[in-house]
Amino acid sequence: MEWFQSFFAQYGTLLAQGTWDTIVMTFVSTLFAYVIGIPLGVLVVVTASDGLRPHHALNTVLGWIVNIGRSIPFIILLVALIPFTRWVVGTSLGVPGAIVPLVISAAPFVARMVEQSLREVDGGLVEAAQSFGASSWQIVCKVLLHEGLPSLIRGVSITFITLFGYSAMAGTVGAGGLGDIAIRYGYQRYQNDVMFATIIILIVLVQIVQTAGDHLAFKLDKRNR
Amino acid sequence: MIRIEHLTKTYATDGHDRCVLDDINLTINDGDIFGIIGESGAGKSTLVRCINLLEHPTSGRVLIGDRDITSYTGKELITLRRGIGMIFQNFSLFQQRNVLSNVEFPLELQHEDKAKSHARASELLEMVGLGDKGSYYPSQLSGGQQQRVAIARALANSPKIMLCDEATSALDTMTTHSILELLKTINRDLGVTIVFITHSLAVAESICNRIAVIDAGHIVEQGATADVFKNPQAKVTRELLGMEGQVLA
Repeated sequence: MEWFQSFFAQYGTLLAQGTWDTIVMTFVSTLFAYVIGIPLGVLVVVTASDGLRPHHALNTVLGWIVNIGRSIPFIILLVALIPFTRWVVGTSLGVPGAIVPLVISAAPFVARMVEQSLREVDGGLVEAAQSFGASSWQIVCKVLLHEGLPSLIRGVSITFITLFGYSAMAGTVGAGGLGDIAIRYGYQRYQNDVMFATIIILIVLVQIVQTAGDHLAFKLDKRNR
Repeated sequence: MIRIEHLTKTYATDGHDRCVLDDINLTINDGDIFGIIGESGAGKSTLVRCINLLEHPTSGRVLIGDRDITSYTGKELITLRRGIGMIFQNFSLFQQRNVLSNVEFPLELQHEDKAKSHARASELLEMVGLGDKGSYYPSQLSGGQQQRVAIARALANSPKIMLCDEATSALDTMTTHSILELLKTINRDLGVTIVFITHSLAVAESICNRIAVIDAGHIVEQGATADVFKNPQAKVTRELLGMEGQVLA
């Protein structure tokens, strides 16, 4: 008990700040990744050969962009984007410095998740909408995105948790967060108790996010009535 | 009146062409309940989709009234489709929308006033016997109820034509009967021309006044239902009648 008290006295603030930084980094990055990823995913689905407006050339180019984005390991992208990050947010350090590469790395991942969710929507519903005279835009918004919403929300959980993992790597370029603490204290100073603490916090965060995401997706899915 | 003239539909698959519809000629009069009967794969679903251009004919013409609609695109096509309702074998209801919202959907597409859509949808739900189910979701309804919602939805724009693609194939006998009765009522009271696709002669006999039999992309027989049944000309028709006789016996 005493050990716990002295541990938290020493590292409490550090861990609290790290947790907060991780949450902010992940949350903001997920948000912007979806701002880019949803239109990208929609375009990939719509321009596919079995899509609403097939366009082979555009679909191929988009596919390449998404694949390349997903191929580059985050740790490499992180370093390679430093000049770009500096241009966008003025620094390559701290939470802002991590968000730019996190978004660039996550957006293609989100695009694939969105593509997957939209493809799960029953094709019969799209056909029905067409039979009522819906435009392609109306089908995307009122059928694909609306009917795909529970699946999209599950995708958000997955993205969020994946980004927790990436944000830990951001620690290697001094971007703050729990990963940064784990590396500086746990790895560089051999302080296993601190590293252990960051792991436990991450486990708790992931559990919360996954459970919340599952719950929300379930509640919003009208097929569960 | 719907006229289909020399309609052919070919799919290009893996190098060779597959002819799904071959020189189809049909006339469907206003007020008909016109049945198109055939086995699975005969081409009937493709044929009915050529009427609202969910499938595009490779050659030939589709005329609705006096208009050749075969190459309609864009706004023209959208307007055309609003005048034609369609129901499907698996109902195709929007799962994340409640019953009322499903029925309002075609009106929502036209940015119709919300109060008006609401009123219209409620009226249609009453007509199909589901007036109290507006706030339910499709997952809470039986198959027959879902198809009724689909029928109400298809009627939202007051179309003059309704296409029914195997509309009762997923329903049990009693439910099928009640849906067929509903369609007969709609045909009689609202003057909606119905094109009814089915693989079941019994169902066709029950509501269609005229039928066409399709086999491997060809119309092998067409005429008044009673005539075709009494005097089947084509081998396929006789087989279908014979087989169904065996099943029902």
